[in-house]
Amino acid sequence: MTTTANGPGTLDEVLDYDTATAAFDPVMGLEVHVELNTVTKMFCGCPTEFGAEPNTQVCPVCLGLPGALPVLNRAGLESAVRIGLALNCRIAPLCRFARKNYFYPDMPKNFQTSQYDEPIAHDGWLDVELSDGEVYRVAIERAHMEEDTGKSLHVGGSTGRIHGADYSLVDYNRAGIPLIEIVTKPLTGAGERAPEVAKAYVSSLRDLLKGLGVSDVKMEQGSLRCDVNLSLRSRQDDDQMSVPLGTRSETKNVNSLRSIERAVRYEIKRHAARLRTGQKIVQETRHWHEDTGITTSGREKSDAEDYRYFPEPDLVPMQSDPEWVDSLRATIPEPPAERRRRLRAEWGFSEAELRDLINAGAVDLVAATIEAGATPAAARKWWSGELARQAKARGVDLCDLPITCEQVVELQGMVDAGRLTDTLARQVLDGVLAEEGGPEKVAAARGLSVVSDDSALGAAVDRAIEANPAVVKKILSGKTAATGALIGAVMRDMRGKADAARVKDLVLKRLVPQEGETDL
Amino acid sequence: MSAISREEVAHLAMLARIDLAPAELDRLAGQLGAILDSVATVQQVAGEDVPATSHPMPLTNVTRPDEPRPCLKADEALSGAPEKEQQRFRVPRILQED
Ligand SMILES: [Zn+2]
Repeated sequence: MTTTANGPGTLDEVLDYDTATAAFDPVMGLEVHVELNTVTKMFCGCPTEFGAEPNTQVCPVCLGLPGALPVLNRAGLESAVRIGLALNCRIAPLCRFARKNYFYPDMPKNFQTSQYDEPIAHDGWLDVELSDGEVYRVAIERAHMEEDTGKSLHVGGSTGRIHGADYSLVDYNRAGIPLIEIVTKPLTGAGERAPEVAKAYVSSLRDLLKGLGVSDVKMEQGSLRCDVNLSLRSRQDDDQMSVPLGTRSETKNVNSLRSIERAVRYEIKRHAARLRTGQKIVQETRHWHEDTGITTSGREKSDAEDYRYFPEPDLVPMQSDPEWVDSLRATIPEPPAERRRRLRAEWGFSEAELRDLINAGAVDLVAATIEAGATPAAARKWWSGELARQAKARGVDLCDLPITCEQVVELQGMVDAGRLTDTLARQVLDGVLAEEGGPEKVAAARGLSVVSDDSALGAAVDRAIEANPAVVKKILSGKTAATGALIGAVMRDMRGKADAARVKDLVLKRLVPQEGETDL
Repeated sequence: MSAISREEVAHLAMLARIDLAPAELDRLAGQLGAILDSVATVQQVAGEDVPATSHPMPLTNVTRPDEPRPCLKADEALSGAPEKEQQRFRVPRILQED
């Protein structure tokens, strides 16, 4: 058993991971908060832009000024239903908002408008694929609408944490931005793969939300945030269902995919160490420390978490007309995992090839380029090759490069027709990206095309032979590898506008005349 | 005949972060009790045929389009703040919280 530092003066014991998962079975609950990408806030018309000057995107409603009345953002409601449908949830025929009362300066109203016993979506699931292809079905408890809080800056403390802070400065630009909270049921049966399942779930959820177009899902900007609840139960008991779930801890704000995996792993080790030595697990919130990879104790769950929920009187109930729900259902894209499987099969790519495209954000572009007439191999070559390089050099996303999928098809067509070599095609691409026009126009304007006129090529070959007698001597003595030097000289002479294979043919024919062939 | 105990009032005061003296707890328990008794009377009137309701108007699905409206300027937003700093509301630190 080892120990790790846990804040000033305290140490948490942790058990070796394999020993821990051999003795205990983890039970996980994941809560994800996703900020919707609506133009305005959930209950008022303030913009939701990230990074605005403090307190410039606020109004009487989101500041909780007396007499202000909230009105629900229709786009926020539609996004909530679409998320619910994509997570295979049931959509509540009638539901309400509730006030979650708490007194904390990040919420100027002294309550957060949320949903309590009537979430808009409930009882769904999401299939999550692990790295080896195994599928784990994550049961979804609910997805409900609520609003984000303001942002506090703690002044006087050492690190911006509230401990030791003298006072706090609050910016309410974020207060009222639409949030959907997605809560899983207790996830069991993942065993030692629990950390992997947690990571894969949030990753899949992020893909799904991106596919729905309802959120920026940028974990580093906080538009997707994850809380991890964890408890352990003993493996010793034959009938696991009879073993009560251990006391759980709630690790807040684990905000990268890698951290989610690490935090679950750490909490399993920490819980196991305590349970092994007969210590109790305190029901508490814990802080995740990215740098040290441990959690430390936050506040204990107590009476203070008595939110006195009641139905929000200022917002009327929502009724889901089945036709409306069906019209939203029609906008749900194919689930990302299914789409990936289908495209991989259709395109004949390897797992690694497809994963590269996904990571580069190129899947949709490749699909559109294939749709426009390119072969899958050609579409992949351009988007994960030269175009990816250009996007990286310019520091922009692939989809923001000034080139259309049709232009990529046009360019590849010129290569296929033998009118451009790969080198020339890259030069044409430079012109297209410099917004000089489409491939045909750039090629014409810049004079880029393969010289197929053999008399011009022949003349260049003759010049190269004449200028390089030493090389010619080598070739004649059988060192055909030396041909490269002559080809290079011809290509330079032709400014790259020649097909290297054709040049090689001509060089060899000049120096080693074939039987039955006439000299050019 | 108070429907709310002194302990419950103390708990509510704690939740609302209001510091109440012992005498105030007694007085408020009495007053809140009277209010709850009045509500209980109304509850007796409502029969089986009257469903529980959260809203007096038979309205559902009142929404607005996702279009921005003018905000307050920062100095307007902060005009009622007892203390401000760096264009933000300055508030006391919260004790015994994370
Ligand atoms: Zn507002």
